[in-house]
Amino acid sequence: MSEVPDNLRYAKTHEWARRDTDGTVRVGISDHAQEALGDVVYVELPEVGRRVQAGEACAVVESVKAASDIYSPVSGEIVDRNADLIEKPELINQKPYAAWLFAVKPEVPAEWEQLLDADAYRRVSESGD
Amino acid sequence: MGLIFDLSQPGRRAGVQVPAQPAEPPEIPERFLRSAAPRLLEVSELDAVRHYTRLSQRNYAVDTQFYPLGSCTMKYNPKVCHALATLPAFLELHPEGMEWGGQGTLACLFELQEWLQTITGMTAVSLVPAAGAQGEFAGVAMIRAYHRARGDTARSEMLVPDAAHGTNPASAAMGGFRVQQIPTDRDGNLDLEALGAAVGPQTAGLMLTNPSTLGVFEKHIETIAAIVHAAGGLMYYDGANLNAILGLVRPADMGFDVIHLNLHKTFATPHGGGGPGAGPVGVREPLLPFLPLPRVVREGSRYRWLTEADCPDSIGRLLAFGGNIGVLLRAYVYLRLLGKEGLARVARYATLNANYLQKCLIEAGFTAAFPQRRAVHEFALTLKRLRKERQITALDVAKRLLDHGFYAPTVDFPQLIPECLLIEPTETESKETLDRFVEAMSAILREAESDPATVRTAPHSLAVGRLDEVGAARRLDVAYRRESEAAVPEPAAFPGNQ
Amino acid sequence: MPFIPHTEDETRAMLAALGVATLDDLFDEIPADLRGGEFPLPPGSTEMEVAREMRRLAGNNRPLVCFAGGGAYEHHIPAAVWQIAVRGEYMSAYTPYQAEASQGTLQVLYEYQSMLASLCALEVSNASLYDGASALAEALLMAVRVHRARAKRVLLPRTVAPGYRRVVRTLLAPQEVEILEIPYDETQGRIDPDRLAAYEGQDVAALVLPQPNYFGQLEEVDALTGWAERQGVVTVALVNPIALGLLKPPGEWGTRGADLACGDGQPFGIPLSGGGPYFGFLCCRREHVHQLPGRLVARTVDSAGREGFVLTLQAREQHIRRGKATSNICTNQGLMATAATIHLALLGPEGLRRTALRCHHRTRDLVRRLVAVPGVERVFEGACFHEAVLRLPRPPREVLARLASRSILGGIALGLDYPELAEGLLVCATELRTEAELEAYAQALNEILAEPWA
Repeated sequence: MSEVPDNLRYAKTHEWARRDTDGTVRVGISDHAQEALGDVVYVELPEVGRRVQAGEACAVVESVKAASDIYSPVSGEIVDRNADLIEKPELINQKPYAAWLFAVKPEVPAEWEQLLDADAYRRVSESGD
Repeated sequence: MGLIFDLSQPGRRAGVQVPAQPAEPPEIPERFLRSAAPRLLEVSELDAVRHYTRLSQRNYAVDTQFYPLGSCTMKYNPKVCHALATLPAFLELHPEGMEWGGQGTLACLFELQEWLQTITGMTAVSLVPAAGAQGEFAGVAMIRAYHRARGDTARSEMLVPDAAHGTNPASAAMGGFRVQQIPTDRDGNLDLEALGAAVGPQTAGLMLTNPSTLGVFEKHIETIAAIVHAAGGLMYYDGANLNAILGLVRPADMGFDVIHLNLHKTFATPHGGGGPGAGPVGVREPLLPFLPLPRVVREGSRYRWLTEADCPDSIGRLLAFGGNIGVLLRAYVYLRLLGKEGLARVARYATLNANYLQKCLIEAGFTAAFPQRRAVHEFALTLKRLRKERQITALDVAKRLLDHGFYAPTVDFPQLIPECLLIEPTETESKETLDRFVEAMSAILREAESDPATVRTAPHSLAVGRLDEVGAARRLDVAYRRESEAAVPEPAAFPGNQ
Repeated sequence: MPFIPHTEDETRAMLAALGVATLDDLFDEIPADLRGGEFPLPPGSTEMEVAREMRRLAGNNRPLVCFAGGGAYEHHIPAAVWQIAVRGEYMSAYTPYQAEASQGTLQVLYEYQSMLASLCALEVSNASLYDGASALAEALLMAVRVHRARAKRVLLPRTVAPGYRRVVRTLLAPQEVEILEIPYDETQGRIDPDRLAAYEGQDVAALVLPQPNYFGQLEEVDALTGWAERQGVVTVALVNPIALGLLKPPGEWGTRGADLACGDGQPFGIPLSGGGPYFGFLCCRREHVHQLPGRLVARTVDSAGREGFVLTLQAREQHIRRGKATSNICTNQGLMATAATIHLALLGPEGLRRTALRCHHRTRDLVRRLVAVPGVERVFEGACFHEAVLRLPRPPREVLARLASRSILGGIALGLDYPELAEGLLVCATELRTEAELEAYAQALNEILAEPWA
């Protein structure tokens, strides 16, 4: 059974989101997602400064057998990206909840509330979606 | 076994292959010239012959092994097709000299166009696409051109079944369309309700393989065509599986407007370890003006290429010249050998072999993905039980088959069948070969009980064991570089640029 | 039965196992009305009958002494190349999906990639595309993807082969990439670097640099690449692989080199065959490898640490990425790449250099002889590699027809694609042409031009 920390929010598309104290939202992929994907060999991250809409594909995570678009859970400007992952994509498999991909400065506060909590996401990931 | 680069010795060369040392330098200013020779290798002719002959022996191929690779139609490639397509008179022809020197080649291509028109029921055929995917692009581009020519620019969406080959959505995207996936129902047919809901004024067409990639015939094909046509869309036929109905059913009669064929599948031209293939396209009358160029036309007793001057509305050119002519000639020879009755025999025996093999494998304990359906020229097994009970995947079974001397079926495609093996025996395999394959599969099934680790870590008897694909992608080594570039002496100095 | 091994007894036994009476019963799921199609085709023939017929048809081809290039070149092909390449183990294998049982093909392709990357002085080569023209189109689509701003506008000089430009238009049109054609300098027959100033700040993704160009002329690739570097424009080199034996490789153009290099590999051991199959090559920098279309082979190790080869970065490709793949290409021209690898191994760097030099000299000699014919002159100044444009005093199409009746393919008439060069003829002589053949061409041309003309 994959791990789903209670202190994070989630999207149905298997991203997790964490809100920093300054309101910045960091985004990664869930334990369930990394397991389904297999050994990650490559990530493509958005440019800092790019504006994204909630639900917009802005990163890619690739394994040997699959490629997965990563959708920003919230709208806003990309303010940071985790460049460590470019050299070490395996961090996503090793510590999915530490391996954030990018950070967004959110512009629509209501979007955060619409994300799934841990219980709701557990139901999504267990339904095998 | 080492790389050819490891055999290289400075100053060694395959002498007779190389022109004599020229006396003069090039009449080219120095700024255009290389400062050092390229870092190729220097070996003798025997070195090269031995190296590449030995390397070839590390391949499984149709000529050496049963190759039941689903959706790829790995049938025997008759030697005579190769021999006759490579007569010197065919090989020595420059593309710019076809009109004067290539009447024989053009005649063959013209005849091939006619054969393929008859086989598919299409009005006209262009032979130019180099492979199935390029044929798909051409087909999709023709659909786009057709709608635009009618002033209908709203048709921006291409419908593709979720079970389709990956090339279908990729070609649709390259052709500038949004891709809308249509689900498959429990029997392996296209979900008619979903199709009905998906079509509309935005629908450019539907790309369909029939028999489908799931190894069954799309029973409601006539209804599907009616739905798509009623919405103003066109029907695209992916000919990857034509082998199952060759000489029995014409794609035109199923309601298709545009088709591509894979000559390297159905028409027995060799796959070459990944090409060259040929992916001719055919159309019904309304799309005729858009066919890609060039096509061959007969005028009296002479043949010539049609060009932009003849076909101003064509989608244009896909290749610099007239297509993979060498491949087309092989297919033409194959058709002449088979003739009308031979074509239908191909479909009948390909279907017999697939159904027989499926039946035997079910009896041996395997699970068919669609046991309620008649198999066509191929069929899908699902190994999800093996995965659940023994943690053995379809890939593991595929790798273990290599140890039994068989190439593996297609693994994990179509993606909607969990732990899928797609098996296509083709008509050129004998009953004994099929029976031996069943024995090997049965042995693997027994071994999955008695010694699952051996299956999981297969293959064990080849020159290499299971290869690290993850490491390959993470530490990307896609070109040889000398350990120490500086330590290698420069090859011969260059006259003219000192 | 041709190529079907079943005996009658076996067919009967198999049908019995399936519980059906006839082969046609196996098609019972196909609606009956679809099974009534007519196939008015001739009956099959025996191998000897078909051989006779194909020899007759081959006899309708007429051998012409070839002085045409324009993207396809007649070079010597060592006998060893195709004797090995057509071994069934190479020829009748599929794309190497099961790596462990495809090490032959995979290692050959790795060696191919190494040779091509080295020739272009770039880090990565894919495992082949269909031909040079489609490779150029793929390179431009890739250039748009790797361009910082993904600008959808590319610069395509008119010195790129017209056939290539047509293919680029076909393949780029649906992506709505705008193609700006750059004129050439009428004296030099090449891009005037100063004329590029007009495209500065125009949101351009890529610049194509053909070397040598379609006219055989050498482009000022350093200056042009330098311009592209300063403008943040992706440089796409379009090169003749034989010329790379002599000319500066794309990876060394300008200060940081071209970004992509592509071309047609036909000159490496592939017969002319009327136009195909040939193969396209495409090389790039390491940093752009994830945007590369087509198959790519990597070296790796197996579970016991033994070296082996696999297809890699397949998530770029259609069978995984589907509608979002870098290209729709699946089947490529693998066997042609195999032949080219063997060819290059035999040729080596010195053989390649000598071949290039010999072609260069032969063309020079040809031009000297032809311009000695009254009324014939060279059109452009400056250095060329192994092709040159001549001006004829008579319509080139008709001159070519008369030459053809003397079994000479005299070149390519340019007027159709370049109305301003209505009198232009593009000629080429490779290392295969002999002094006697050059002389025969000059003499024939002399006589033809002296004939009465309507």
